[in-house]
Amino acid sequence: MTTRIFGSGIKRREDPRLITGEARYTDDIKLPGVLHMAVVRSPYAHANIVGIDSSAAEAMEGVVAVFTGDDVDLAGIPTAWLIPDSDLKTPEHPALAKGKVRYVGDGVAIVLADDRYRAQDAADAVVVEYEELPAVIDPEEAAGEGAPLIHDDVEGNIAFRWVMGDRDASDAVFNSADVVVSERILQQRLLPTAMEPRSAMAQYNAATQELTLWCTSQNPHIHRFIISAVTGLNENKVRVIAPEVGGGFGSKIPCYPDEALVSWAAIKLGVPVKWTETRSENYLITIHGRDHVQHVEMAASNDGKLLGVRATVYAGMGGYLSTAAPGIPTILHGLLYVGPYTMDSVFCESIGVMTNGTPTDAYRGAGRPEATFLLERMVDNVARAIDMDPVELRRKNLIPAFEDGYEVATTLIYDSGDYPTAFEKALDMAGYSDFRQAQANALASGRYLGIGVTAYTEMCGLGPSQVAGAVGFQGGLWESATVRVTPTGKVQALIGASPHGQGSETTLAQIIAEELGFPVDDIEVVHGDTTETPMGWGTYGSRTTPVTGAALAHASRKLKDKARVLAAHLMEANVDDIEYADGSFSVRGSPDQAQSIQDVALMAHLAWNMPEGMDPGFEESQFYDPPNFVYPFGTHIAIVEVDAETGEVELQRYIAVDDCGPQINPEIVAGQIHGGVVQGAAQALCEGAIYSDDGQLLTGSMMDYCMPKADMFPNFELGETVTPSPHHPVGVKGVGETGTIASTPTVYNAVLDALAPLGVKQIDMPLTSAKVWGAIQAASANGGGN
Amino acid sequence: MQVSMTVNGVAQEADVDPRTLLVHFLREALDLTGTKIGCDTSQCGACTVHLNGKVLKSCTLLAVQADGCEVTTIEGLAEGGEHHPMQTAFWENHGLQCGYCTPGMIMASAAFVRDNPGASEAEIRHYLEGNICRCTGYHNIVKAVKQVADSAAGA
Ligand code: FES
Ligand code: FES
Repeated sequence: MTTRIFGSGIKRREDPRLITGEARYTDDIKLPGVLHMAVVRSPYAHANIVGIDSSAAEAMEGVVAVFTGDDVDLAGIPTAWLIPDSDLKTPEHPALAKGKVRYVGDGVAIVLADDRYRAQDAADAVVVEYEELPAVIDPEEAAGEGAPLIHDDVEGNIAFRWVMGDRDASDAVFNSADVVVSERILQQRLLPTAMEPRSAMAQYNAATQELTLWCTSQNPHIHRFIISAVTGLNENKVRVIAPEVGGGFGSKIPCYPDEALVSWAAIKLGVPVKWTETRSENYLITIHGRDHVQHVEMAASNDGKLLGVRATVYAGMGGYLSTAAPGIPTILHGLLYVGPYTMDSVFCESIGVMTNGTPTDAYRGAGRPEATFLLERMVDNVARAIDMDPVELRRKNLIPAFEDGYEVATTLIYDSGDYPTAFEKALDMAGYSDFRQAQANALASGRYLGIGVTAYTEMCGLGPSQVAGAVGFQGGLWESATVRVTPTGKVQALIGASPHGQGSETTLAQIIAEELGFPVDDIEVVHGDTTETPMGWGTYGSRTTPVTGAALAHASRKLKDKARVLAAHLMEANVDDIEYADGSFSVRGSPDQAQSIQDVALMAHLAWNMPEGMDPGFEESQFYDPPNFVYPFGTHIAIVEVDAETGEVELQRYIAVDDCGPQINPEIVAGQIHGGVVQGAAQALCEGAIYSDDGQLLTGSMMDYCMPKADMFPNFELGETVTPSPHHPVGVKGVGETGTIASTPTVYNAVLDALAPLGVKQIDMPLTSAKVWGAIQAASANGGGN
Repeated sequence: MQVSMTVNGVAQEADVDPRTLLVHFLREALDLTGTKIGCDTSQCGACTVHLNGKVLKSCTLLAVQADGCEVTTIEGLAEGGEHHPMQTAFWENHGLQCGYCTPGMIMASAAFVRDNPGASEAEIRHYLEGNICRCTGYHNIVKAVKQVADSAAGA
């Protein structure tokens, strides 16, 4: 009996090239005669461009050309998520600024030179005269009276105003509730920091009019049509290749000016052009995440029934509206306000505000962490207000288990869930029943322990295309895949999605192995090149395993159906008598007669003896549009100790019980959770982009921006429950973002729980020792705790 | 400026712009692109190589400063066609995802364990402070390094 490959934590097939340094990322690829592009970037957050003098730069050794915004005839960089009913404004975003710069890092000119260093030197020698204008960074301020106007056509800096729910109905609930708690929550700006900086290289063949663009992309097919749109080239003349990509976390979804500019320059100059950002450049120009100021309220009854939540959100968009930006603090945010609770009233007003910060867009979790945080924060506040244990309060309000569809007040229909089981399992693992006593004992000896418990569910596996259209996403959200079997019985699966660290080459091969019985090592998954792969919308929103996985499962099943008929024909048996096991077809009752899947594949290719009406070849494709999102869920628990003398937080234990349906490769699932938890916990504890009042990014390098390090974390304690998605062919749900979504409130609430005896009720993230210490001092000056 | 060094056992000689960083020399002049660049402030460790057997962030040194030295990069770590034990341990323990930090992580960890067989988990976590990974949450990296540290201590 062979071990089942589906569900087994096999080693990743991606790794041999990665652990030896053989993998080729964009910047590793060399073309003869390539020119390096450097971008002259604005040092001001908001300024008029008075004049540009590039003569000194042009005279420098190795410099081929300098171009400014007036030279570059590209269409504007588009915004591609046009949320409806929100009075959305989409201000022009030129690839190089024309007349005005709107954030530090905004591109003003490009320099092309024969060498990286020389290009940068020459960029530094371009003299730009600016007239500085007042700048604004805080989104709430930018939406207020008297704020500097960033785009003439975006009145009051308000790019959109999106409303979910009924304001009057919400008022009625809140006006009659026993308890209403409120808090101003700051979802600070975060720097996604994929370890591979962004890079792009373009080559143009004038004879064939074909452009090839290698770039750090999570979605090369989307890049292809945007590059086609901004350059004016026909889409079938644009080939986008995302080679090895070193992480994205959302920051490699958007199409950026730089990718358009290398394309334009390669066409203009007729030689290949490459650009790779430095880390400091990355921090200035690659999208940031979060940046919400939220005013949140939650209503409850005295006996602990959660009645409703509502929020006004000021979401900072930065100087321009990035590719998917409007959808993040709206559709991907407000629709998550019910979480895993039986709560009937939700209301959200989300105001997208132009600021003089770096443009924001999807960052791991994208809108959903900001929703889960406010929900979990407010549940803890309600617990405190009615003096109920926060675990008991959550337990009372969890939606009971359901297997196939549960509609909530935000109009979403959750696919399946068993929140109470995951919740109790996590509490057991953490030893919650004993913890409160241990906490009291510790307190008696002057030690401050705290626990944070988060129950969550989230919406991923994006998503039905009809929904995408209804919410203004300028694309579909299906995926396609081709399973191609060679005459010798080896498999190539071509997918439109574009994984960049998720291990999907392994996971997806496991799905095909399970469906078709080929040895997993005989299956290759090909992705990233728009010429080699079928159309797909990309890897984000925890969608590749659920959506591409479903496409592959269906394509495999079509092949299996064909194989069954052909096998019956070859064995001169009735199709109904064919039995299949482990990649082999046999005739019921005569087990010595068998055809392996490889035999059948060969015969399908030879086509010497096909059944009437069957086409030759052994290859099937499937377009798959999911009927619903998938909704993974779980409970996370953090235990921390705070040193009241220094304000330092020690994360002592972290327990995560997640349910993403059946796990195809549990090791890969665990890796996704580990990484996500660290990213989310780091938001609570240390990460945050800080700007000066005049819009300079003060955390502009890794020296200043606190990236989480190995010694900040314990080993994680993981558990799982398994609730299949009813609508998915193999039942799986996405798991790429759950860690980030759940961990920020978990760690935050744990720290605030530890600080409760000291009278500290709220601290803006991140909870650095300086801020925690300051809050302790302030609370004790106010009389401290009880 | 003329520079010569032995890289992965092969003698190399080149004429370089004196300001060329070692990491750029390795990547551009020698096409050893396994060594990565993740920052410009010597924080991330993606560029870690061995210089005369010692761990070094190759973005912090000029190529000319490595004149006459022995450099080992990730491409030269395996011996006789066999993965180095640290490479194997990263693979077996799922110690990587996007792989971008991995060459630096492996180079740093291999030297650390060579010098500190039997290192504890806390020591490993502390040591890895100079290498940043955005994907793995470090859990499986620490597990991989610990596995090699344990077996080095047992040997
Ligand atoms: S590139 Fe050398 S430490 Fe980051
Ligand atoms: S594996 Fe991606 S940065 Fe470490």
